Order: sequence, then structure tokens, then C-alpha cells
Amino acid sequence: MVNTEIKLKGLTLKNPVMTASGTFGYGEEYADFVNLAELGGIVVKGTTLHHREGNPYPRMAETPMGMLNCVGLQNKGVDYFIETIYPRIKDFDTNVIVNVSGSNIDDYVAAASKIDALENIPAIELNVSCPNVKQGGMAFGVTCSGIEQVVRAVRDAYHKHLIVKLSPNVTNIADIAMAAESAGADSVSLINTLLGMAIDAETRRPMLSMVTGGLSGACVKPVALRMVWQAAKAVKIPVIGLGGISSATDAIEFLLAGASAIEIGTANFIDPAISAKVARGITEYCERQGVKDVNELVGGLRL
Amino acid sequence: MKKISDFKIIEKQTWLRAALLRLQCEERLPEIRGGQFVQVRVDGGQHTYLRRPISIHDVDFQNNTIDLLIQQKHEGTKILCSLPVGAMVNLVFPLGNGFTMPEQNDEILLVGGGIGIAPLLYFAKTIKSNCGNKISFLLGGRSADDLMLLERFREVGDVFLTTNDGSLGEQGFVTQHSLWNTKKINKIYACGPMPMMKAVVKVAKEKDIWCEVSLENQMACGIGACLCCVENTTEGNLCVCKEGPVFNINRLLW
Repeated sequence: MVNTEIKLKGLTLKNPVMTASGTFGYGEEYADFVNLAELGGIVVKGTTLHHREGNPYPRMAETPMGMLNCVGLQNKGVDYFIETIYPRIKDFDTNVIVNVSGSNIDDYVAAASKIDALENIPAIELNVSCPNVKQGGMAFGVTCSGIEQVVRAVRDAYHKHLIVKLSPNVTNIADIAMAAESAGADSVSLINTLLGMAIDAETRRPMLSMVTGGLSGACVKPVALRMVWQAAKAVKIPVIGLGGISSATDAIEFLLAGASAIEIGTANFIDPAISAKVARGITEYCERQGVKDVNELVGGLRL
Repeated sequence: MKKISDFKIIEKQTWLRAALLRLQCEERLPEIRGGQFVQVRVDGGQHTYLRRPISIHDVDFQNNTIDLLIQQKHEGTKILCSLPVGAMVNLVFPLGNGFTMPEQNDEILLVGGGIGIAPLLYFAKTIKSNCGNKISFLLGGRSADDLMLLERFREVGDVFLTTNDGSLGEQGFVTQHSLWNTKKINKIYACGPMPMMKAVVKVAKEKDIWCEVSLENQMACGIGACLCCVENTTEGNLCVCKEGPVFNINRLLW
């Protein structure tokens, strides 16, 4: 029997596999394809204090081995989440984690404190890295002072496990990760999407309504892996790795690079059953390699 | 219940810009409604990372087959149209809500433009078996080449045709067909290119006829998770994949 349990501060995952915010809805959308109980956790759609309509269509462009999006945090706001969605998903047999976003510090704090009161939400993932929203999201995540400000404020108001989701659109990811750690993050997750762009040569117009958008999918994996490795070396808190993970082998590469857990994002669109397959595949890898505890893989890169 | 299944191509018919694939599954098919669609995985293309949404053209529950009528447009649909009999394809299906069944006494018209004719056949068959309404199709294309499989439609109902170049049926757009002046219609179901559907919606609004249209906004997930394919409606941005692809025109801001 392989032990697949991962213990983060105040947050126990039955295995290292979670699903990434914005790619798995509220879990319900995938219930026909995945037994959610097979997952370590699900990170539900980005939630803001107030209702957001998101950006205009078109919000998506396919790119080689990936896609760009500029959805822009469409959601009905934290109160709607608490009243309408939370009762439906609170008894899932997995960790339900809420991704929290905002456009100013007060909004982040207000949304986080409301979710703090929800008994069955053991953690939030603070999104300081959305590239698709003006004044906010990524604006906080690309400087050490910005990230410290918002994390410190939320830390005071939020008492459970606080994950801070980092942007890759920075010069030095190690500094950013350390800033999140020093401001009180319990863990960091990375990477959010890489800022990108696509143009239709025939019409000479941008493919996205916002011109630029976030790149995700298999094409970003090498960048994500490198950043997870750099961040994991720089901080003592656990690192959650994501970016292009599409198989158990990909997931194991992230664990070896130093991630304690991983999230599956865009790959859910290509194979809606992939998350549970990755969880099973990690166990198979451990059995094949004679690894008794998945924690042994974390940071196990041989240099 | 949505499923993810492997299908084998057991029959194929091709035209200049389109192909009909008959796909067979080993498992029993779930319930499928007219106007629902599948997400097909496309392997082997540089620009085919995501699945392609394709409407369901016909279903045979006895033989577990689904027919897809696919227009070659970009790399993904070109690869799908070039797959040989015997090749396997993976589908996530059935997706979306489909069209609303008419009442028994409704006088209905199913309007299709170009490849938008595809979902109307299976929907018409389900109307026939459930409500027994008389079926009338109004199908339009640029030229006769765009209007394939007409014999299949004629087996189910009356077929009225228009082509822009006059090579088949009446010349002009579907909204210019003479039947609009003579036929009693109180429900329209439409699927086709955006300019055609907007023209149909204009007619429906002028004549105060109930009307549903099927949209095909660009999608990623197909199941309401990514929020990429939204249409701005009277209720705000709604996912075409999950809340649609069929919308009553009263919900649209057209």
C-alpha cells in the first residue's frame, strides 16, 4: 500500500491531486466523469466580493498545445456562492477550496472573511495573479510589496489554510514566493497563466476581446516546472505546482521539482476524467518504483 | 448523463467541403435530445489541442451509432473529415440542452443554413416520434454543393430549398423563400451561420413567431466550466455549451 496522503498546515489531502480554479467549475460539472472522492481537492471558480460579468466574447483562442483565455473572473459574487453554491458542494468527499480574487485589498479581505465562516471550506487560494482584470489580480502579484500588502491583510482576516496563487509574469519568482511566505501564506500555488496574445492574420484583428489573455495548457509546462523548482528552493512553506499537467508523469515531475501537491487545469477540457486518472497514475508510479510514501517524491530531483 | 467514450468510424461519405461520419460505440448510448452536441477529440494537428464541438446529426440507439455531419473549415475539422473508416475517435457527449419539443398542434418550421442543417434531422425525427407534428424543413446554402443528404430530410418531412446562386431551389436567402407568404407557422427552429440566423430572427420578430436558434460560440470545455463560450443575454453572460446551444430569441440581445 502506497501512502498518498499529503499534509499541509491545517489541510490534509488524500492524494496530491487537485483541480485548478476556472477549469473545473464547482466540481458538479465534472461529476459524470470523475468520482470527486478520488481527488485530493478541488479549487472552485474564482470568487469576488461582488458579482462580475467578466469580459466580452470572444474569450478564448486555441494556440499550439494550449489556449489563451480572457474570461475575466465572471462569477456571481461571494454571497451568491455562500447561499446557493456552497450548500450543494459542501459535502463533497474531498477538500473544496475557494479561489478568491479582488480588485482592491478591502474586497479581498471582505470576501476571504465571509468564506472563513464556512465550516466545510478548509482553505482559500488567493488569486493575486489573474492577468485578465484591470486594476487588480495580477497588479498585486507582480511586485513583492503588492503581494505582501494583500497577503498580510487577508492573513489577519482569514484563519484557515491560506494558499497564495502566484503569477509567472514576474522577473524573479523566488522573490515573489518569499514575499508571500513572509506575509503569512501557508502555501503558494504556481503558475497562473502566462500573459499572451493571438492575432487573426486574415482579419488583422486580435483573437481575444481584451487583446491579451492568459496562456495555459501543455505548452506552458516547462516554464511552470522551472518556476516551481525555483520557488520550492526559495521558501519553507509547501508549494503547489500547476501549469500544463496532463498526465501522472507530468504530475510526478512537479513533485520531484519540489511541489507537495499539484493542480490540473486546462487538461480537464481535453479529458474531463483526467484528474482521477492522474491520481491513480501517481499510485501506480509509486508501486512500480517501490516508493512507499508519495511524500518521498517531493523535491526528490536527482541533481 | 454525460459520457466520455471511444467510437469507431464504421461508415463515411464525403463531399467537397464536408463529410458524414457514422460512429459506433460498444456501450449503450445515453438519452440524446435533438440539438445536443458532442465534443470530438482531434489528434495529430498542431492547432488541435482542444476538442471540437459538433452537432448530432442522427442517432441509432439499436446499433449504438451517432452520425456527425462535419464541414471542413480549419485544421481540426479537416483532420476529422479525412479520418478513414475503422479509425477511432473519442467523444464527450451528449452536451447542451437541445431544442424544445413543440406542442402537438404547433405548425413548425425547421430552418437550416449551410452545415447548420446538421442538427435539424435528428431533432425532426424526435418530434415525429414524440409529438407527430408535420415536419417542414427550409434549408439554404450558397450553392447546391452545400445542401447534402436531402433524401434523408425528405424521408422525415417536406423540404424547401434556397441557394444564393439559384443552383437548387429558389434563388436567394432562406428568409426570401416564398413559403413565408403562404405557410402558416407558429414555431421556428433555426441553425446556421450568424447572418442567416439574425435574418430569421428578424422575420420571427416581425411576424411575432416563437423561435429558437442554435449558437456555436467558440468553446473550450463544452460543459459549463471554463466560461469561454458566453453569449450576452437578458440574464447576463450565459455559457452556450451548458445553457444553450439552443436559445429562445427572447433571451438574446439580437
